[in-house]
Amino acid sequence: MTKALLELDGLNIHFPTQHAVRDLSLTVGQGETLALVGESGCGKSATALAITRLLAPNARVGGRILLDGENLLDFSPARMRAVRGRAISMIFQEPMSSLNPVLSIGTQLGEVLLQHEQLSRQAARQRAIELLDTVRIPEPQRRIDDYPHNLSGGQRQRVMIAMAIACHPRLLIADEPTTALDVTVQASILELLDKLRRELSMGLLLITHDLGLVSQWADRVAVMFAGEKVEEAVAAKLFAHPEHAYTRRLLASSLHFDQELHYHEARLPDTSEDAEDLQAHVPTGVPAANEAVVASQAPLLKLEDVHVAYRTGEKEFFAVKDLSFEIRRGETLGLVGESGCGKSTLSKTILKLIPAHSGRILLEGQDITRLGESAFRPLRAKIQMVFQDPYGSLNPRHTVEDILGGVLRAHGVADKTERHRRIVETLGHVRLSAKSLNRYPHEFSGGQRQRIGIARALILRPALVICDEPVSALDVSIQAQVLNLLVDLKQELGLSYLFISHDLSVVRYISDRVLVMQDGRCVEQGDYRSIWNAPQHPYTRSLIEAVPGQSRVQVAAA
Amino acid sequence: MTLENFGKTGPGLYLRSPSGVIGAGLLVLLILVALSANWLAPGDPLDMVAQPLLWPGQDMQFPLGTDSLGRNVLAQLIHGARISLLVGFAAVLVSLGVGIVVGTLGGYFGGWIDRSLLQVTELFQTIPTFLLVVVVVAIGHPSASIIAGAIGIASWPSIARLVRAEFRSLREADFVMAARSVGHSDAWIIFREILPNALPSVIVTTSVMVASAILIESALSFLGLGDPNVVSWGSMIGAGREMLRTAWFLTALPGAMLVLTVLSLNLIGDTLNQVLNPRLRGL
Repeated sequence: MTKALLELDGLNIHFPTQHAVRDLSLTVGQGETLALVGESGCGKSATALAITRLLAPNARVGGRILLDGENLLDFSPARMRAVRGRAISMIFQEPMSSLNPVLSIGTQLGEVLLQHEQLSRQAARQRAIELLDTVRIPEPQRRIDDYPHNLSGGQRQRVMIAMAIACHPRLLIADEPTTALDVTVQASILELLDKLRRELSMGLLLITHDLGLVSQWADRVAVMFAGEKVEEAVAAKLFAHPEHAYTRRLLASSLHFDQELHYHEARLPDTSEDAEDLQAHVPTGVPAANEAVVASQAPLLKLEDVHVAYRTGEKEFFAVKDLSFEIRRGETLGLVGESGCGKSTLSKTILKLIPAHSGRILLEGQDITRLGESAFRPLRAKIQMVFQDPYGSLNPRHTVEDILGGVLRAHGVADKTERHRRIVETLGHVRLSAKSLNRYPHEFSGGQRQRIGIARALILRPALVICDEPVSALDVSIQAQVLNLLVDLKQELGLSYLFISHDLSVVRYISDRVLVMQDGRCVEQGDYRSIWNAPQHPYTRSLIEAVPGQSRVQVAAA
Repeated sequence: MTLENFGKTGPGLYLRSPSGVIGAGLLVLLILVALSANWLAPGDPLDMVAQPLLWPGQDMQFPLGTDSLGRNVLAQLIHGARISLLVGFAAVLVSLGVGIVVGTLGGYFGGWIDRSLLQVTELFQTIPTFLLVVVVVAIGHPSASIIAGAIGIASWPSIARLVRAEFRSLREADFVMAARSVGHSDAWIIFREILPNALPSVIVTTSVMVASAILIESALSFLGLGDPNVVSWGSMIGAGREMLRTAWFLTALPGAMLVLTVLSLNLIGDTLNQVLNPRLRGL
């Protein structure tokens, strides 16, 4: 390791209600990538904000933050402004909201340059074009006058990176830089960051929850848990010989594409804190698809040449094109695709929240495509949905009993005791106790909330459950818990799933068959073995290749 | 957009704010005074009871003095609180009623319903509020209920626009999607899912609207367009205006009451905004 560029010495961060970071000591060397890893709420983002002194004013920061031996905490606000952007830059998670939508990207890049360097406007523009070229935006002379909405998510993140490296910072802090991006884009952004780090010999502090990324891109890794650093090691060593129990749990519970796990063969190790209340319900017997049933009956859901269109002004835009597939009873169909490929539109179309433009949707052989809402309402009980965001999908003003009871009332269960009985029974299915009934969603953890969301989908005893990215908003340890629960419930209640996700590792684990979508079309579908081992379409292959951390994780898993 | 802890910690948070407590205390005091006006100052406040233009403190039977017609200023202030608060709250009830219905229908259903309701709203917004009130009151009798109704009719568009905006964003929220996918009716989604989440911002606006309705009523009375049979702070200011140099207390005292009332409502509005708006709550 070269000499220390950034050194944190006994950093403590207090918020009015919590002690967010405790006695954290770290060093980042020049030209080195240090990954700071941990689950949400572990204090990793607070640390990043403390380094740039951008924390909310109600936070108290103790200890020392040394940049080239000088304590940033002693700097005046004016001197700190000169440090930000020039010596230290930061990239944020959301490329959609970190750029100003009413200014062209050239103007925004130019502003950064003019702020820190003595340049003429003409020279600043020239530098901005060079920077766009450095971050590999095609045709930079033309794109420099584009506005953020003209760019894709990945391109916006590239512009953010261009702004961050504009003044050759010595330390770049990247806070979840690729979490909001698609896998194929993710890989190219990290490659770019890595290349820039080498060329500009920057220190890179990479903050992430994704262990796959870390194994591939970091030199050293620091693992944080509940505000404390529990382990720090060279990346290869950490993955091969994790020392601390928490690191081992984190490694064990994160799904890796290369592990080739499938729910038929193995349960995921559940390492979350509320694992105990799930233990009691582990079903006996190995899960096995009810193959006899699968073979004998008509498909539960069948789509024939479905198109879905959005109208913007005069133009029609097809979000789903010419899509046909079927889901048989007891089967899990995994739907994979990147953002904007039409997978969420598809799920809303099946639920008839959006009308189909053409084609037919058949539920148990009955055509529901043109059914009116009142005729369809009784059939809604057969298809239910689990949403992505366990925070946004539960009404914050309703108790658990209101949420679940309301569903039953909508479907004509008028008797109060009968409702109560079914609510308690369903809560039992998702391993929540009857004590939860009178509590509000905010009183539960993320995983518990998602289980309430699953209970809402199950209370009508549906045949098909559409799971739209059900675990992508959850921490890794909770992901395993929810996936295990979905597998168990499928067995106990004879469910079928349409499982939508951008995360190939998750889809690989849970699906019997897989359908790959690109730009609203199905490019490939097949059973879970053939699609992963012998992908036919080039797009499927590029998706599989883009999954991060494939080489080094294998060592740890072995 | 949501308020997670309202049921549990809302009142507690409100009481922790000094300005909120002062505002609420002032308003409660004013309401108590208005309610007990007949007991605190029995008889008609418009009766001539003493020699005109007694200064405050001159005769302890009339601690705040008398006006140019020998009427008790304190009794007029006490009774004036009634009409001000009554008109203020009644007017806002009317505009809440119209505004919430219009905003809900337009925001939830969208399409042609929204477009036509929006045009009606804009029509009302182009007419200056005060002018509309003057016209309505001039056509009808200047009674308290007509005045309240006129102010309500003139000020509902801001509520309607607010409710519409809340409905348009909440309509796309995941939990509303979930409610629709479960098969809930439109009425359920409007009343059980969206409206409770839209109300906080409406409540905040309401308290400021009460204040502006009270000011409009005073302005009407000042111009002599109010109910001539009832004392109002505005009419007191209007009558005292001519003696501003010789007996300034005749305008200053009712003016001070208006300031206190409007201040208390604004303090309440600010505090409610901090308590109900999770983005400002700083947690």
